[in-house]
Amino acid sequence: MPFACIFVPDFPVEAVLRAEPELRAQAIAVFEGKPPLQKIVSVNETARQAGVWPGMTKLQVEDGSEVLLRERSQAQEAAAHAALLDCAQSFSPRVEDAAADTVLLDLSGLEKLFGPSPAIAREISRRALEMGLETNVAVASTLEPALLAAHGFQGLSVVPGGKEAEFLGGLPVEVLFAGEVVDEEILETFRRWGVRNFRELAALPEVALSERLGQRGLELLRKARGQSLRELVPSGPPLQFEEVVELEFPVVLLEPLAFVLNYMLEQLCARLEGRALAAQELRLKLGLEDGRSSCFERTIRLPVPLLNAKTFLKLLQLDLKAHPPGAPVTKICLRIEPAKPRPAQNGLFLPASPEPEKLELTLARINGVVGEGRAGSPELLNTHRRDAFEMRRFTPAVSSGNGARPAARGRPALRKSNAFHSSYKNGNLVTALRIFRPPIVVRVKHKDGKPSHISSRKRKELSCSVLWAAGPWRSSGDWWERDSWIRDEWDIAIPEGGGVALYRLVHDLVSGLWMLEGSYD
Amino acid sequence: MSSVAVHAGLSPFFSAGSPDRQSELLKQITRSERLTPVLPASRLEVRPRPEMLPTGIPELDALTGGLPRGCLTEICGTTASGKSSVLLATIASATRREESCVLIDASDSFDPASGAAAGAAFARLLWVRCGWLKNRPSAISRQSSVVGRRSSARDLPPPLEMFSGLTGSPQSGNREPGAESHDARRTTRDEFRLEQVLKTTDLILQSGGFGLVAVDLAGIPEKFVRRIPLASWFRFQRAVEHTTTALLVISEIPCAQTCAALALRIGNQLSAISHQPSGPAHAVILETLHVQAELVRSRLERKPMHSVKATFKTRMP
Repeated sequence: MPFACIFVPDFPVEAVLRAEPELRAQAIAVFEGKPPLQKIVSVNETARQAGVWPGMTKLQVEDGSEVLLRERSQAQEAAAHAALLDCAQSFSPRVEDAAADTVLLDLSGLEKLFGPSPAIAREISRRALEMGLETNVAVASTLEPALLAAHGFQGLSVVPGGKEAEFLGGLPVEVLFAGEVVDEEILETFRRWGVRNFRELAALPEVALSERLGQRGLELLRKARGQSLRELVPSGPPLQFEEVVELEFPVVLLEPLAFVLNYMLEQLCARLEGRALAAQELRLKLGLEDGRSSCFERTIRLPVPLLNAKTFLKLLQLDLKAHPPGAPVTKICLRIEPAKPRPAQNGLFLPASPEPEKLELTLARINGVVGEGRAGSPELLNTHRRDAFEMRRFTPAVSSGNGARPAARGRPALRKSNAFHSSYKNGNLVTALRIFRPPIVVRVKHKDGKPSHISSRKRKELSCSVLWAAGPWRSSGDWWERDSWIRDEWDIAIPEGGGVALYRLVHDLVSGLWMLEGSYD
Repeated sequence: MSSVAVHAGLSPFFSAGSPDRQSELLKQITRSERLTPVLPASRLEVRPRPEMLPTGIPELDALTGGLPRGCLTEICGTTASGKSSVLLATIASATRREESCVLIDASDSFDPASGAAAGAAFARLLWVRCGWLKNRPSAISRQSSVVGRRSSARDLPPPLEMFSGLTGSPQSGNREPGAESHDARRTTRDEFRLEQVLKTTDLILQSGGFGLVAVDLAGIPEKFVRRIPLASWFRFQRAVEHTTTALLVISEIPCAQTCAALALRIGNQLSAISHQPSGPAHAVILETLHVQAELVRSRLERKPMHSVKATFKTRMP
């Protein structure tokens, strides 16, 4: 049963480079602590060659060196660790989260998918690189040799079965403490004995070693000989897909912000794709530089699970244009709520409908043109009040034969009465009423109890005599509410443009106003 | 003899060539690609008739066959002519067939209650309400790239001016309507609505996937509708060409002109009233509208010698 270990060397630096990949060729050192006692915790190879080592103070490094300094970010390290787990999970369901920088996975059964062990190791390394992490990958027939090889050798390593001791023999004894707290006392003992590598330690007698170092010594001896008693302890998949970037300088313009968002979205989509998931919701949280350390949050809920980084970027850009944060941005936290991808199987005889990705972008653009809440599907409310409806999000319903939609929250939706269906089925078309929003206030003169003349200050063409009037019909409602209503409706005909126009005239008995509510057309 | 005449006619243009040389030149000229012979009509490619979208009005479907998909259809009519009823019936028919529809409402006058009475399935209808924005984005967000500024609001640049492509005159985006006369405010509002209509129509047609896209321009004054450039209609027509989308334009005057493959004129003959002459006013009921539709132009089939009309009735909801 083969196992693999993925190890990220210089993990704090890799977490920073994952957010700023353009710095990979430069010397980077990560520090932490409170000034003036900030110390270097991790450096990359280039910085190491420049003479910078963990443990140095920040002031020592700043003094005349060309090493770039970055403060340690727990959020970025958490995101990098989550990406590492996602990479491992995309290969095998049995993954152990050994440490922040180390992941173990069971490769049983993967030979048929990826081929022999070297091919699997290459594929793992490639996918980790796609997620922004440079890793050491080792494959062995048992767990601990894989772990030790990943920590000891750079790049890809394949430990031959049965020859673990020979393969690992040249590694320094410090590697024995990979993934554990280093026991300096035992290391000092090994140095005094002249034991510098695995081979030399493996050659020591067991009894004598146990007498001097106890069970711990025996355990180290077993590791040096390539023996493993450790079992894989699978860990559950992480529940959140989140990327965090702390910016070096506050961002004022949308374009550079979009550049960073694009990179974060690509990372998140790659992680989701590795787990065969899609995105249901995007949550953007921006840290602002406004003197109050406030946050700016936006949530974009998708109608169907999608997985397209370009679409997500466009949606975020349109949303930020419509709702700008109002202050320079110092930190970006992007979180995606996962969901199972929708199975898209269109029927052969069903009419085509808009693609969800295109539709979402189009709706976002339309909202930018006409305003939020002015594009959608209307839904009548369960009330007799005129023009009572709500605008719902437009989601073309999946064909279910009856076009049923779930009931809206709050007031229940109006159910279509059977009367409407039966009258339509008889072939009588419905006369449309065109609503005036807002209604046109008019002055009305009466004769014999009926409107005889109307006039409007704002619409001069509506100032004329009434040819014909039908009504009134009284309706009222919500008398138990504060906004109760009671009104009289008339249908009137007035001369207009050489012909006759039909209007609905309303007398609001609460306000006393006469209004033209709409025209029949 | 004709060949001799041709040779004689050509001889001034050819320098002392022998007849054989001239005939050779003539043969080369006739073989030239630039002189492709005219194809006879029988060999011309036959354009298939587009698929039709039923309007749900049997009389109208019998007149026109429905609305052609991949084409622009224009329906014109004055106030109370019945054009909005035709629009409702078409939307109801399309949505009941589970096609996604869009209604771009220039004057925000669609009545959902009438639509429900007509049998429209709102789950498949995208209603775009054009109009005056109450909470328009501030100037700083309309600038394409600014996310935030360190400086205070006083240091902000002056707001962008909104250029109206129809009037050609710049308008201040932050100008308060209350500061002008009502007529000027209404003019600005109508221009703004039309601008939204054109932008939204472009977006919808580029997105694609809709069975019916209806643009309702009724309620917009004639002078503004006339100013819509023909290039816009041509662009819309080309956008739906070779698609299954039927583009329907409702207006009070013809505006799409030759871009419309099908043009109808809707008129109201008379209103049938059921009443008792001596009865009270509330017993008088407006029952039906008698609507007459006339086929003005059709590129889909040969136009008949005389106007073809259809008459149908609509019922009050």
